[in-house]
Amino acid sequence: MNIASKIVIPLFVVFVIFYGFKKKVNIYESFLEGAKEGLIISFNIFPSIIAMVFAINIFLDSRFVYEILGFLKPLLNLINIPIEIMPMAILRPISGTASLAIMNDIFINHGPDSYIGRLASVLQGCTDTTIYVLALYFSSVRIKKIRYSLGVGLFADLIGITVAFLITMLFF
Amino acid sequence: MVSYIWFFLIIIGITFSFLTGKIDLINDSILTNGENALDLMMSILPIIVLWTGIMKIAEESGLLRNFAKLVEPLLSKLFPSVPKSHPSLGFIASNIAANMMGLGSAATPFGLKAMSELQKINKNKEEASEAMITFLVLNTAGVTIVPTTVLALRIAHGSLNPSEIILPGVIATFCSSLGGLLLDYYIRKRRNKN
Repeated sequence: MNIASKIVIPLFVVFVIFYGFKKKVNIYESFLEGAKEGLIISFNIFPSIIAMVFAINIFLDSRFVYEILGFLKPLLNLINIPIEIMPMAILRPISGTASLAIMNDIFINHGPDSYIGRLASVLQGCTDTTIYVLALYFSSVRIKKIRYSLGVGLFADLIGITVAFLITMLFF
Repeated sequence: MVSYIWFFLIIIGITFSFLTGKIDLINDSILTNGENALDLMMSILPIIVLWTGIMKIAEESGLLRNFAKLVEPLLSKLFPSVPKSHPSLGFIASNIAANMMGLGSAATPFGLKAMSELQKINKNKEEASEAMITFLVLNTAGVTIVPTTVLALRIAHGSLNPSEIILPGVIATFCSSLGGLLLDYYIRKRRNKN
């Protein structure tokens, strides 16, 4: 699986360049033109990256999520969900790096083949960082009203996280 | 809406650490924040520039249009408001394909291009169009078949069977996407009726 996903990118690049060459496109010139567009896109999203990293770091460093979860512990024990997984489940839609860091901690403390290690793996793979993606994509085209997109995105995350819990219990 | 998220993240963070007496942590956090943002930017900037360059070749050679035509029967059902053979469909398809293979960083430039193409056919430039929302629901629900980072980390920590999480992951991601799309469809239907 890992090797397959490593071959995809080089094959894709060769295919695109070969196809362009065959169709007599000036491939080098079009590359430069596209790259310039990419630079403009990056320039446009930089302020929103600064803004999001700023707010997310303040939120994470206050350890609000960790402290609040202490209250939920008896309830979680009842339904057989380890407390260590909860910060990851909550932070998954907010920050990909934060949830990845928590997963890494879980692997170190419990091993990747433990119940909680498998749970973390399924959780990390099953959904993306909704809030970051929405902020990034909408600000790149200067959309101000994002309408119902956040609600639907978080709803999808909630389903993904719930199914991840259920499926890991069933599978392992 | 993003304003609200931003507001709450900052207010909760600062108020909470003030109450727990750990305000000095937040002080450090604010001061080193810019550096973190720049690191993140620097790690995605070359990828975005490189892939928008490569994709320009695919665009001008007609490859992207052909690819869009190939997946059109499926995508046009999900995006009824996008005209047939519109370039955005090619970028949407490439973005989803890259996400499926777990190539998140390669997917971002396709996604950003898809957004700028969708913006061209958006009637109200300040407001998210229905097509944009459907696209982002598909994107954030994360249709991942090969979660490369997770697999790499499992291997690094000596898992005996690193890929055992793929099947449950695919089931979870499928339910998540399906749930998001159904809710999106339902909201769209109800709004268009009124």
